[in-house]
Amino acid sequence: MTDAPQARPGKESGTLALDGITRRFGDFTAVDNVSFEIGAGELLALVGASGSGKTTTLRIAAGYDVPDAGRVTLGGNDITRVPPERRGFGMVFQHYALFPHMSVEDNVAFGLEARRVNKVDRLIKARAALANVGLEGAGDRAIQSLSGGEQQRVALARALVIEPKALLLDEPLSNLDPTLREAMRDDLRRMLRRVGVPALFVTHDQEDAFAIADRIALLKRGRVLQCGTPEELYHSPANREVAAFIGRGAIVPAVDKGATAQVTIGGVKRELPITRAKDAPAKIDNAFVVIRPNWIEMSKGAGVFAWRGRVINRRFAGGVVVYRVELADGIVVDVESQSADARENDNVSVSPLKGPFPLVAG
Amino acid sequence: MKSSQTRRNWPIAFPVIALLLWAVVYPNAAVIAGSFEDGLGHWREFWASPADHEALITSIVISVASVFASLAIGVPLAFLLGRFEFPGRRLLRAVATLPAALPPLVGVIAFLFLYGESGVVTRVVQRLLGMSQAPWQLRGVGAIVFVHAYTMYVYVFLFVSAGLERFDASLDEAASGLGASTWQRLRRVTIPLLMPAVAGSALLVFMNALGSFSAPYVFGGGLRVLSTQILNSKTNGAMGLAYVETTVLALSAVVGLALFRWLDRKRKYTLASKGGRSRRTIRSRQVQILTTIGAAIIVAALVLPHLMVILVSFARDGSWTTQVLPPEYTFENYRRLFSEAELWKPITNSVSMALIATGANLVVCFVAAYLIVFRKFAGRRLLELLVALPWAIPATAIALGLAATFNQNDPLTGRVLLVGTFWILPLAYFIRDTPLVASAVESSLRQMDASLEDAARGLGASWLMTMRRVIIPAARPGLVAGGLLAAVAAVGEFVASVVLYTHANRPISMEILAQLRALAFGTAAAYSVLLILLVLLMTLAARSFEERLA
Repeated sequence: MTDAPQARPGKESGTLALDGITRRFGDFTAVDNVSFEIGAGELLALVGASGSGKTTTLRIAAGYDVPDAGRVTLGGNDITRVPPERRGFGMVFQHYALFPHMSVEDNVAFGLEARRVNKVDRLIKARAALANVGLEGAGDRAIQSLSGGEQQRVALARALVIEPKALLLDEPLSNLDPTLREAMRDDLRRMLRRVGVPALFVTHDQEDAFAIADRIALLKRGRVLQCGTPEELYHSPANREVAAFIGRGAIVPAVDKGATAQVTIGGVKRELPITRAKDAPAKIDNAFVVIRPNWIEMSKGAGVFAWRGRVINRRFAGGVVVYRVELADGIVVDVESQSADARENDNVSVSPLKGPFPLVAG
Repeated sequence: MKSSQTRRNWPIAFPVIALLLWAVVYPNAAVIAGSFEDGLGHWREFWASPADHEALITSIVISVASVFASLAIGVPLAFLLGRFEFPGRRLLRAVATLPAALPPLVGVIAFLFLYGESGVVTRVVQRLLGMSQAPWQLRGVGAIVFVHAYTMYVYVFLFVSAGLERFDASLDEAASGLGASTWQRLRRVTIPLLMPAVAGSALLVFMNALGSFSAPYVFGGGLRVLSTQILNSKTNGAMGLAYVETTVLALSAVVGLALFRWLDRKRKYTLASKGGRSRRTIRSRQVQILTTIGAAIIVAALVLPHLMVILVSFARDGSWTTQVLPPEYTFENYRRLFSEAELWKPITNSVSMALIATGANLVVCFVAAYLIVFRKFAGRRLLELLVALPWAIPATAIALGLAATFNQNDPLTGRVLLVGTFWILPLAYFIRDTPLVASAVESSLRQMDASLEDAARGLGASWLMTMRRVIIPAARPGLVAGGLLAAVAAVGEFVASVVLYTHANRPISMEILAQLRALAFGTAAAYSVLLILLVLLMTLAARSFEERLA
């Protein structure tokens, strides 16, 4: 460990790739044949519910865990078994893992201390890193005196000051309150972008992922369900599970008609324009369409070609009102409406707007 | 707790586990094996001996009685101090834990000076009532339980006080909001939630009383208990019988432990809230006066032993015979302690042996606690068991195990000759204090965020740097507190010492006993005061060390 190589500046780092990673704990397969690549300067979000294997994947990428199968490479070099202290990655932990007995400055300088950087340079670099995250002059403060948002910035400065070859972030925003969280999303994206190394961050919050990531890998039961841009996942989900996780919307049975899909609710048939995922089959037997709340409209009373239903819940959401409408056949959809007129138990009719609607296999 | 899969555990775990197996398990196994060296012969001897029957029963009776006596004092006192405000509360709170600061043997001789046949309180009562004889005798089961209650109620008091402090006031408020009366709240909410604290402290008292040696040794009279019986058999050279008695004593402790675990098995909750509640001021004038008078009496009873030891330490040896108080006072006792090499020796012995044992405890227990808290490996359960084991074995049994194992040089069977050397006592102290230090360090490390270690590694820190800059600072409060407790226990240790000491390495406690036997009460008390001062000094040193770093 004494011959730990110095971290190289980010520009030379190259692509971080996970290739067929599998990790089992006893009979339980936490990560199942997961592969993805993150280019220099790219931000990839690993999204999934708790227990989906995203944290295990991150720990394998960081070197805290060794996969049972598969490889981790950085710029083409196999680093699967390189321990974390020799990877030169920057990591931001979920609860930040700031050393409580050290000052802000000592926390930030810790990685430089480990690299035998002399005291003066350490101080200069740590202060610069703190300034970079908007914490000038906070170096002497105690960790306990910082707010959650400030702690997060210190954790980020500590990870960035070592000029990491890749950045790994475990639920970086989950401990912040909602208003701070939104502000931090933009800051985080800006700062990660500037570093120019592969950045992998784990989150269970798809809005965080949408706001920050270039691409999203959606994980469930240890498998990657789909990996693509936020738009791809939203508009062309690969399957029903992705559609159910990404964005809000009802998943309604449909008949695949090639360019359109036919949806029949309470005897009322409608043909909907559709999109398909890139590598989806041309014809899906057991098909569903995703109906998002802003892709349908609602009017009071019974429309001629509209699906009929009853408002079972009404929620004011800023500029719009979201109605939950129970249609025939037990199908429930959410409708976003500019009109605030309808009340609970009102009879309404719902019609699709122009779409297109994602078509997925069930 | 997540553990890093990329690190090897055995290179550090193996030496610690091997050391504990050798020092803790091996001697006790040797004792059990020794009890069967003659087939069942020694066991038959044990069952046939009326003295051993009496010892077993008396040991258990004393332990159970000590538990109830300690509960009877500790629980009400914890409630009184935790729930009510009255004049004198702060003073009472300050002295309530004082008995714990008395080394075991010192507490016993303080009681002798106070309540013994020629004790101060005894003589005052005798004079006042105009009796020709002492109104009571400080001997037998009653006397032993009396001393135990005084020294051991502190466990109950501390546990229940802590339980009351963590007790969420909103639970009580919720119960009264639901219409429960004071009595119903006490019976259905408060007491059930305090049961873990009560059970935990009761177990501690039971184990301590079962292994207690000093009180039965000094006040027992003709009374036999297992721990004294073991020393008797050993002194008489009946080692086989001593092994059986030791095995029976250790078994009683294990059975007691299992029984408590079983009684406490339903506990599935913790009092996690920091609820706290304000103390109620006693309004009624009469009750207030009564409480204050009661508090004053308790304070006096708690402080008296300490005062008595200090007073007697200035008494000229041999001058105190039939008077209520010692008639002549002098600095001679102290002067001799510091000037005569033979009298000074026990002090340097105790201090150096305590420091050696505590140093070893800090190193070994830190490594053990680190492994237990942060690493996942096949031997972790075993390690947990090994560091806790000495707690379940009475000190006399530990000592006899050491005496039976390290009495010869035989490297092939892992035996080293330590009996009769200086090193046997530090080893015994080390074993006795291992559970204490390990659990103190463990609790410190458990408060540490496990990802701090990962963070340090991720930033490129070597193992050594991670230890030095992250893990040890996190463990420091536990190391200081555990180290202090271990050093305090070791410097006044008596129970294992009495089995294993030699003239050359005799500790203070043995010298106190020797002076007592020679009826040199003043010198014995001076040693006791010195011991108390040592404890005080160590406490202050630990506190200032902790303050300087924090």
